[in-house]
Amino acid sequence: MSNAAETPVLRARGLRKEYGKGEGLVRAVDGVDLDVSAGETVAIMGPSGCGKSTLLHLLGGLDRPSSGEVSLNGRRIDDFSEKALAAMRRTDVGYVFQSFHLMEELTAVENVELPALLAGRSPRAARRRAEELLDQLGLAGRARFLPSALSGGQRQRVAVARALSNEPLVVLADEPTGNLDSAATLDVLQLFEELHESGQTLVIVTHDARIAATADRMFSMRDGVLVDQTWLTGGTTGQLGALAGLED
Amino acid sequence: MRQEVVLAMLAKEPSHGYQLRARLRDALGPLGDAMNAGQVYVTLARLEKAGLLAVEGSADDADRSDRKVYALTPNGQQRVAEWIAEVGWPRPDLAEFHLKLIAAASAGLADPLTIVDTQRRELLRRLRDAQRAAMAEPALSAAALLLEGIVLRLQADLRWLEACEKNWTHRRSGS
Repeated sequence: MSNAAETPVLRARGLRKEYGKGEGLVRAVDGVDLDVSAGETVAIMGPSGCGKSTLLHLLGGLDRPSSGEVSLNGRRIDDFSEKALAAMRRTDVGYVFQSFHLMEELTAVENVELPALLAGRSPRAARRRAEELLDQLGLAGRARFLPSALSGGQRQRVAVARALSNEPLVVLADEPTGNLDSAATLDVLQLFEELHESGQTLVIVTHDARIAATADRMFSMRDGVLVDQTWLTGGTTGQLGALAGLED
Repeated sequence: MRQEVVLAMLAKEPSHGYQLRARLRDALGPLGDAMNAGQVYVTLARLEKAGLLAVEGSADDADRSDRKVYALTPNGQQRVAEWIAEVGWPRPDLAEFHLKLIAAASAGLADPLTIVDTQRRELLRRLRDAQRAAMAEPALSAAALLLEGIVLRLQADLRWLEACEKNWTHRRSGS
């Protein structure tokens, strides 16, 4: 839960992203305010085209806003130079994409160590960290496999390991289960629960209700605006009996 | 829950009330916690009165419902067989929600999209609970299977809400 005395890990104010001009003007993101506290999982749901992926790109410095502010741990990133932004993306933010974005010619462990190498860690330290992560994510036996030899769920696990490589302040996930069947979805679901429990700050953009339901807070997004906020914490299994037909 | 369920759970062999409850708990997992013992014993007494169950066991224990051994009578077995063969169908009340949106919109009582959001909030909370409960159960257990059923039903309801959202967004912008 957000605390007034505590700086949010991620903070957006009046965030806007516009494309086109005049009649063709599209407001993909139309004035978003958002605070994400350390250790919190936030999900953003909405129909395709509502601007949720664009919002995620703005939050992670993959794209620049037309106006408004984004801060990471209290530092404005929207006015960073390209160079500073690139450095920030390497070390402070972990990205997980729908289509995994793994390098097909690199093994699992090489994919996972890549961000650490790019951030200037020694090859030995990078490899050690990568192996540790793959072990934590239950992929120790697959470290030398190419992505093509892995299932969809395993590939997404590798992608999550890669996102965690530099111990990012926040992991941003864009439809992480969009390309997965239901068994693999369950696998990723479990993984996000584990990340949540380990205290990782997470922002997930999705239309998959199962992934959204792992969050502490869920926002509905429509036409570039966050229209509804839901706290999902604090439930009990007591009400589930009615859904199973155990109560009348 | 229907009386036939309790009856059928005794069909395996004559059992004490506590054995029956243990069987229900195994099958229902965390959802079984909400069931109170009194409810089960009331049902057993009704079934006995209806001649579907008979009590075996010694006379000196007869005053303690926990010590009684319950067995199906021939009528009870007949009822269980009929119940097993019966096709039941869940009756989700979609029409009520659907008409609520239509009434709210046509009379200007509320924004249908707000109603959809409120409903979604409730369903997502339950989905989260069901999912967490399912993950806490051993993978192939009976309780995990029941919880998976709840998760799938909630997903179906959430998908329908998505369709409602799309439809009402379209109607609103069209009008």
